[in-house]
Amino acid sequence: MITKQLLKINSHLQIAEDTFEVVLQSSMAQVLKPGQFVHIALPNHMLRRPVSVAAVDAHAETFTIIFKIFGEGTRQLGKYKAGDSLDVILPCGSYYPIDQLEMNQALIVGGGIGVPPLYYLAKSLKDKGVKVTSILGFQSKDQIFYEEKFQQIGDTYIATNDGSYGTKGFVTDIIDEMEPTFDYFFSCGPTPMLKAVSSKLDGRNGYISLEERMGCGVGTCYACVVPLKEDPSKSKKICKDGPVFSANEVILT
Amino acid sequence: MNLTARLPGLTLKNPVMPASGCFGFGKEYSQFYDLSELGAIIVKAATGEARYGNLTPRVAETSSGMLNAIGLQNPGVEQIIEEELPFLRPYDTPVIANVAGSTVEEYVKVTKTLNHSKDITALELNISCPNVKEGGVQFGTDPSLAKEVTYQVKEASDYPVYVKLSPNVSNIVEMAKAVSEVGADGLSMINTLTGMQINLKQRKPIIANKTGGLSGPAIKPIAIRMIYEVRQSLDIPIIGMGGIITAEDALEFLLAGADAVAVGTANFQNPLACPEIINDLPRVLKQYGFDSVEDAIGKGHV
Repeated sequence: MITKQLLKINSHLQIAEDTFEVVLQSSMAQVLKPGQFVHIALPNHMLRRPVSVAAVDAHAETFTIIFKIFGEGTRQLGKYKAGDSLDVILPCGSYYPIDQLEMNQALIVGGGIGVPPLYYLAKSLKDKGVKVTSILGFQSKDQIFYEEKFQQIGDTYIATNDGSYGTKGFVTDIIDEMEPTFDYFFSCGPTPMLKAVSSKLDGRNGYISLEERMGCGVGTCYACVVPLKEDPSKSKKICKDGPVFSANEVILT
Repeated sequence: MNLTARLPGLTLKNPVMPASGCFGFGKEYSQFYDLSELGAIIVKAATGEARYGNLTPRVAETSSGMLNAIGLQNPGVEQIIEEELPFLRPYDTPVIANVAGSTVEEYVKVTKTLNHSKDITALELNISCPNVKEGGVQFGTDPSLAKEVTYQVKEASDYPVYVKLSPNVSNIVEMAKAVSEVGADGLSMINTLTGMQINLKQRKPIIANKTGGLSGPAIKPIAIRMIYEVRQSLDIPIIGMGGIITAEDALEFLLAGADAVAVGTANFQNPLACPEIINDLPRVLKQYGFDSVEDAIGKGHV
């Protein structure tokens, strides 16, 4: 059941350039699934900010979000401290349907601020006994986060646009290089990356998670729609039907 | 405290309703509270056929508000009647359908189709959407076109018709008079103001449609002024809207001359905005010396 809660911040840490990790206390933590997001209100801002769930600790009733400063809203979110409270709507959106999927090996492909939800996913997949390979792309060395955490789950490869760490180039360059074997791929990141990954892995089973400017975040305002491949005159709502879609379901623009 | 609001065809237990386009068809917000608490519900616009709407991005945040250019996306009037409106039946609150179109013929078709629905109580005639190429706001900015479409819809409708006026005009009273002369049962005002926001890095408008409708507290003083001006010259019921966030805002609209109020953008910031305003309204009315909602209507005029 979707609800609005005032949540206490347990910790608020900078983990990379302009990138913050925030742990929130919530009685709803255990219902959050990999791929879902929470919708955060900020004082003096008309619209909430959607932020993906990066981890859940069901026992402690906490969940983790990771965000990067892009504008005024996220800058403000970066100034909060442990002990402060946030007004949050949760859980929002669809999730990676891993309980319905039969697989032995999974490929994770993440870019930038698309990486956080994939960490929760990768951890959940490992807990199910799936072998996970992760390919993560960042702009530069200073922006990399969670590399060790991904390493603990499975083989992890990093690409940076400027070549300051790992492979110089894009996640697709690593896919070309290593030709990974997998049953399903799971990807989240900027739309150009998702397009490149989807076309590179065309015909393979997979799921992608999309990002868009949102209004309500719950499915009423029709701000964040994406056209469907089978009938482009029809669309789905990213906030409610998504953000996770089957790789061949929607047209990326 | 008596919160009853009386408008043609609508007796409301309180004067607060969600505004069209900011509440879908009610399903999502029914997860947050009992929709029977609402004075009424204005559902999302209906057109003759399904519409996809505009390209994304469709929204952008502004100082004290937001821009939107959804472009009247909806599944079409028939599907709305069959698939969406029945959901609201169990709730003890009147439903107001929002009628949109590109031509007078389409407005009339939607209106006649809605006559078949028993799930609605009134129509809001949307002649003020700034985000579609054809129709929409052109009907809302030319008094003779506004008059023509209102007349035809009024002729076709079995339900009371509230005409939603655009603030993108230099003389709002002229528009109000035009639709009032041909039998509009009431007015709904104001719709959004056309605006634009440019992304500095990308050097282009944020919204794919380039322009969007500005809503939220940024436009509240404009709404108050326009309702005040119309109330000075006409005795027609008004549903007031434009940036209402708090019960104090709602009272300000009543003082300007609104008979009821609609809450739009605030729903996005706070899904509980409507019930919170309703629950707070008795306290605010009392604080400012009013015994009822009706007691406050038009009391801001000097």
